Amino acid sequence: MINILDDLRKSSTPGHREAHAANAAVLEVSNLTVRYENGIALEDVSFHLTTGERVSVVGPNGAGKSTLFKVIAGVITPTQGQVSVRGYGPGGHICIAYLPQRNQVDWTFPVNVTDVVMMGRVGRLGLLRWPKRQDWAVVRQSLEDVGLADLANRQISELSGGQQQRMFIARALAQEAELLLMDEPLTGLDVNSQEAIFGILDELQRREVTVMVSTHDLDQAAGRFDRVMLLNHRLLGLGTSKEVFTPERLVTAYGGHLRLVQAGEELLAVADTCCEDGDAHE
Amino acid sequence: MSSWLTWLLTPLNYPFMVRGFLAAWMVGVVCATVGTYVVLRGMAFFGDALAHAILPGLAVGYLVGGGARGPLFWWAMLAAVLSSIGIGAISKGTKIREDTAIGVVFAGMFALGIAMISTVRSYTVDLAHFLFGDVLGVSLSDLFLIGIFGGLIVITILLFYKEFLVLTFDPLLAVTLRLPARALEYLLFILIALAVVVSLQTVGIALMVAMLVTPAAAASLLTRRLPIMMTLAAVIASVSGVIGLYISYYANVASGAAVVLTSTAFFATIWLVRTVQKKRGVWDG
Repeated sequence: MINILDDLRKSSTPGHREAHAANAAVLEVSNLTVRYENGIALEDVSFHLTTGERVSVVGPNGAGKSTLFKVIAGVITPTQGQVSVRGYGPGGHICIAYLPQRNQVDWTFPVNVTDVVMMGRVGRLGLLRWPKRQDWAVVRQSLEDVGLADLANRQISELSGGQQQRMFIARALAQEAELLLMDEPLTGLDVNSQEAIFGILDELQRREVTVMVSTHDLDQAAGRFDRVMLLNHRLLGLGTSKEVFTPERLVTAYGGHLRLVQAGEELLAVADTCCEDGDAHE
Repeated sequence: MSSWLTWLLTPLNYPFMVRGFLAAWMVGVVCATVGTYVVLRGMAFFGDALAHAILPGLAVGYLVGGGARGPLFWWAMLAAVLSSIGIGAISKGTKIREDTAIGVVFAGMFALGIAMISTVRSYTVDLAHFLFGDVLGVSLSDLFLIGIFGGLIVITILLFYKEFLVLTFDPLLAVTLRLPARALEYLLFILIALAVVVSLQTVGIALMVAMLVTPAAAASLLTRRLPIMMTLAAVIASVSGVIGLYISYYANVASGAAVVLTSTAFFATIWLVRTVQKKRGVWDG
């Protein structure tokens, strides 16, 4: 009950956010362990990211990718260890955006694209306040930034997969997020939609927004990001794809699900870590 | 005067009918507004359980008050608020699945209520009154309580519109925006509990879930915008309330059942029309 009152007190201040310490890393994770009742999700994970960095997170299903994102977002409290965003715990920030997997969203919910993007403003509005002209302007701008201005009044069930994902990025922009955690945003999208999203990620990088993207596509993870994080409960590597995608590390991460084939200069990794929703990845 | 006008006006000669119409209309609006969230969050079973779980509260009030009707409202409110918080806490805090926890609590509480009331000799009559309501027995002071609490419920839902929207559509977003998610969730539980208490006399415990769910479900088939869904649900519910009472008056049918059957008919008609339209491709589904 005291927690609830404390929550209320905090949220009654509009735009409430924890101060950002100067020079503190945008994200610093130290000795993070998360234990669930049926096992360990993350064990002794430590790393830090620099501002504006774009990092891919790969690892087999159940490797703890979503858990890691949720701990960073302040949704799950870690069993041990610490997360600090710009020098403070995640719980006080509203600058962290978690973009859910598309299959975890109720697309029949009676809202349109603008409604969803406006949700990003709610944290800054404060309780009992309605959106002002400035908020509507931010929402309109966010929709333009992701190329969805024409679909502003579209019901969300009528969007394509790529449009759905761009809508969530627009919501994060409306939230004025500085750290974006995207849970498998590229899964199930065609090449054009994926490219549209990479285009937006490039623009985010220019704005110094730090982005973590979990994916099953090792090729994209290696080629389209500044650094790759290989995760299987433990942090198996974080660095350039050359440093991380070594035979030993890949086999440690994927075990029997991975076949390594030497193809000339290149090392070819053949994997099929199919996901819960049944989408195929190679 | 034309005959249909006479037909419409005759029941209004009786003050108890006028009070019944007012009660049915207000309860319809309140339940439909709250019920929109019940439908969107998939909480129909929670609503049904909550209605049943207040019976022991009613029973205590009934035994303590020696059958006086006045204090029952407050006893029901106490029981409803405690049950909603209890069900919320149990379903969050244990390994048991939420619907199982609700089932256990609801059946246990309901049985306790029946056991308590059964200690009184005339218990079948009184039990029936609690189970099925009696909108025609609504007194002026009941009407005031319905108006005050119903108004509070609707105002709260409107005040917290954007917070409840975020909490319902994307609970994780509510947390990352640092909204007081737990407090909001309990607030919604309590609003549902209050709506149940306010509607108690109109439809009774057994049919309560229909007031919460049916109009909102019918409205959800007609629109894809939340504010419109809420408004349509309120309109369907209040129209059902009024038509139901006319049916009750002329066909001599139990009032609560007549109201619920009317809104069920609305739902069935809309569902049928939508399904046919979808098959023909008139509506894009």
